[in-house]
Amino acid sequence: MKLELRGITKRFGSLVANDHIDLVVEPGEIHCLLGENGAGKSTLMNVLYGLYQAEEGDILLDDSVQHFEGPGDAMRAGIGMVHQHFMLIPVFTVAENVMLGHEETKAGGRLNLDAARARVREISARFGFDVDPDALVGDLPVGIQQRVEIIKALSRDASVLVFDEPTAVLTPQETDELMTIMRQLKSEGTSIVFITHKLREVREVADRITVVRLGKIVGEASPTASNSELAALMVGRNVELTVHKEPARPGAASLVVEHLDVIDANGIKVVNDVSFEVHEGEILAIAGVQGNGQTELTEAILGIQPRTNGSISLNGTRLNGQSVKKVLNAGVGFVPEDRTHDGLVGEFTIAENLMLDRSDQQPFVKGGTLQLKALNDFAEEKKREFDIRAESITTHAGRLSGGNQQKVVLARELSRELKLFVASQPTRGIDVGSIEFVHKRMVETRDAGVPVIVVSTELDEVVALADRIAVMYRGSIVGIVPGDTPRDVLGLMMAGETGVAA
Amino acid sequence: MSDNNQQNTPAPGAAPEPAAASASASAPASASAPASSPAPQPAAAPAPKPDTEAPRSNKILNEILGGSFLISILAVLLALIAGAILIAATNEDVQTASGYFFSRPGDTLGAIWQAVSGAYSALFQGSVYNFRRDSFADGIKPLTETLTFATPLIAAGLGVGLAFRVGLFNIGGRGQMLIAAACAGWVGFSFQLPAPLHITLAVLAGIAGGAIWGGLVGFLKARTGAHEVILTIMLNYVAFYLISYMLRTPGLLQAPGSPNPKSPPMAETAVFPALFGSKYNLHLGFILVIVATALVWYLLNRSSLGFRFRAVGENPNAAKVAGIDVKNTYVYAMLFSGGLVGLAGVSQVLGTVTGGFSGGIDAGIGFDAITVALLGRSKPIGIFFAGILFGAFKAGGFSMQAAEGVPVDIVVVVQSLIVLFIAAPPLVRAIFFLPKPGGRARRVLPNVSKEVAAK
Ligand SMILES: Nc1ncnc2c1ncn2[C@@H]1O[C@H](COP(=O)(O)OP(=O)(O)OP(=O)(O)O)[C@@H](O)[C@H]1O
Ligand SMILES: [Mg+2]
Repeated sequence: MKLELRGITKRFGSLVANDHIDLVVEPGEIHCLLGENGAGKSTLMNVLYGLYQAEEGDILLDDSVQHFEGPGDAMRAGIGMVHQHFMLIPVFTVAENVMLGHEETKAGGRLNLDAARARVREISARFGFDVDPDALVGDLPVGIQQRVEIIKALSRDASVLVFDEPTAVLTPQETDELMTIMRQLKSEGTSIVFITHKLREVREVADRITVVRLGKIVGEASPTASNSELAALMVGRNVELTVHKEPARPGAASLVVEHLDVIDANGIKVVNDVSFEVHEGEILAIAGVQGNGQTELTEAILGIQPRTNGSISLNGTRLNGQSVKKVLNAGVGFVPEDRTHDGLVGEFTIAENLMLDRSDQQPFVKGGTLQLKALNDFAEEKKREFDIRAESITTHAGRLSGGNQQKVVLARELSRELKLFVASQPTRGIDVGSIEFVHKRMVETRDAGVPVIVVSTELDEVVALADRIAVMYRGSIVGIVPGDTPRDVLGLMMAGETGVAA
Repeated sequence: MSDNNQQNTPAPGAAPEPAAASASASAPASASAPASSPAPQPAAAPAPKPDTEAPRSNKILNEILGGSFLISILAVLLALIAGAILIAATNEDVQTASGYFFSRPGDTLGAIWQAVSGAYSALFQGSVYNFRRDSFADGIKPLTETLTFATPLIAAGLGVGLAFRVGLFNIGGRGQMLIAAACAGWVGFSFQLPAPLHITLAVLAGIAGGAIWGGLVGFLKARTGAHEVILTIMLNYVAFYLISYMLRTPGLLQAPGSPNPKSPPMAETAVFPALFGSKYNLHLGFILVIVATALVWYLLNRSSLGFRFRAVGENPNAAKVAGIDVKNTYVYAMLFSGGLVGLAGVSQVLGTVTGGFSGGIDAGIGFDAITVALLGRSKPIGIFFAGILFGAFKAGGFSMQAAEGVPVDIVVVVQSLIVLFIAAPPLVRAIFFLPKPGGRARRVLPNVSKEVAAK
């Protein structure tokens, strides 16, 4: 189906998120939307999907004007969407989420869950996804939730499909699968809008590329353009796509993890006898497919996993068994993998979020009273430094674009006195310009002598940052290899092959 | 007369039957029934914004138009309109006139106008200013009555609202008030002390009693994971029967030599002084709730503890990851909440019903407070004015009944409708053709009981 957006304008208060945007997506075309964080990509797609009402402009499907009151209308008109901020119901199972909105019923109005389960299995199999249809969505890590969101959109046989940063937490293999599927759908005549910050993906599948900046279309790019050309178009300046870093000069072993087990709420050992060290001035990347225990490992370091065996110590003091507060006060900076769930208070302002983990410390609090002046100055400074795009520091974090939310979390954690920095998916959803900045900051942190742990499913990021790489598979560390290990070796290790690393 | 009718509103104060111990003992309490049903929906009062330079006027306008404030006002208006319909429908003159509506429609309309305007003007004259009195001093008396009724409502509303902001649903107002009243009352009647000291001690004892009764809920929730709604309901029963027992037992709270389950009167030195002389009932308690409102405002908006309260209320997971001890926060929040509700109990025994208290001393205020907190959107200033509005309904309701024969129940219906409309902003917007607020829907009700993921 042909999709056309004409003069779409969407305002939030005084902010113009979309400014007369025109976009045409032909049937059988993959149309990439590129743009900085906060450029207005998700907003545009949410208008298309009926979640927001545009102030001006029309949506046309096969040249007839549509009026969507809500997502239900958009869905009926044949539009499917993979949301950047997932629209899943945490207390429902995967199968229930997938069938939600077009439930099949058996006699007497009973839900036909078997059909939904079969559908989930069938689509998972096509992708090589490993998703249990009966798992509760709320219990799943973000990576798996992302897969559920994709499965949900694909199960509807939509003729216009919108993918809003679907690959932010997928592994390279999964991303490749997804792109194969996208090509297949395209050959069946589906129109696809694809939003991503990963230029490799853009160049691989895009038929046309439209670049959005500050709510306006600033031009088209050809799919044959180079990465740096695309990056420059996106952020309006030249971007260094590879981090410059000197070889690490590791000091003493600082974080020592010995025989760590983590047992989850269901009594399953999700981290199994893991031992490693991170030295001062070193970046250890933890690679692996989502759901192999990386999340739980980082959470154990922070002290939010209640059941652990073994020991975690930082510069000689034991961390596990301590309260989260003590761990943070010991100088641990932590970027959780799921920013909306664990990293931010959506109804708090940017400024308030920036003091979230220092809610009883100078300079933000004196004698139990908030120091609003100090907080505002600090927030203004961080907003500038981290280039957080928002109307003001009093904007609620929940209203920020995905990438800008991530920047708030990073700004908070990187502006404390650190003895250890643990970051899960630190650049999830942020644009190339900001990735450059964040990577630089992480390398600076390392060079200041802080041990850094980066958990990433993104091999590019792992390879760019790591001095050493630990690969996790099914809760164990398969091996720890040097930072320049070839990708195919890493790929094999991530699939659980132990023999490859000498 | 006034001292009497304030005592226990329409419900009989002395010796309620066991059945009457349940939530709906008194008429105002039943107003809380609709209040408790919409509440478990996920939602929350928007966090207050620290003021900074940003385009302020713009923001204030947005807040008023798009947000909560206008909806509150319109909800009150709608409820009054619905109340008017009820008044007209139940009025005998209107009923008679409508019998021959088609021959003389004017009669019906006239009767409706008579009934409604009469009732609402009685409501106004009973709660704000009585024009039938000659002197200003007499005319203004209803307003002071309103404020007297508002005093405990505001205090308890602040307590309930504070708990809402932390994501907790405190429906244990009854129990906390009873315990507070008993503590303050006991200090009030058993000691002989100089007045300022006696009052201070009695107030502190009452607040402490309420805080402990509330804190117990927080403690049990933090330790065992029990849900605060169940805990507070059960502790209401425990408090009621405990106090009833003590009131029936000579040597505990019962007045010596009296067969009634009632305490001795407060010592002169423990009674709140009247603010404007003995002619008016308004007492020191009102000053205390003004102070409490300011303190709660400071606590929530400017203190680091309040920051943690709000963080836990909005996203306990992120709070936990940020090193905030969520369980402790629940305990503190319930201590504060119980203490504030306790202040309502204190103001009852030391200010309003000083002649000794019975088991009905809470007069359903603990439940009305939920409504007040909802109407005030869990914000201190909002609660303050919501409390005054409800105080006015109480004060005016009686004179409406006395002057026009309109049943007091109408007032309860109006109160309930206000909450109903507030719980359904889209309904209000639809009725008044207001635009949808921009962006993601704002939550208007507190997000009670959002649990931390059990990890
Ligand atoms: N509900 C909302 N209320 C107010 N402002 C909003 C709302 N949603 C988005 N915005 C603002 O609109 C702008 C565009 O946001 P949008 O989410 O569309 O960006 P994006 O291009 O998807 O960015 P990203 O790559 O980071 O996901 C941002 O400045 C954001 O702060
Ligand atoms: Mg986006």
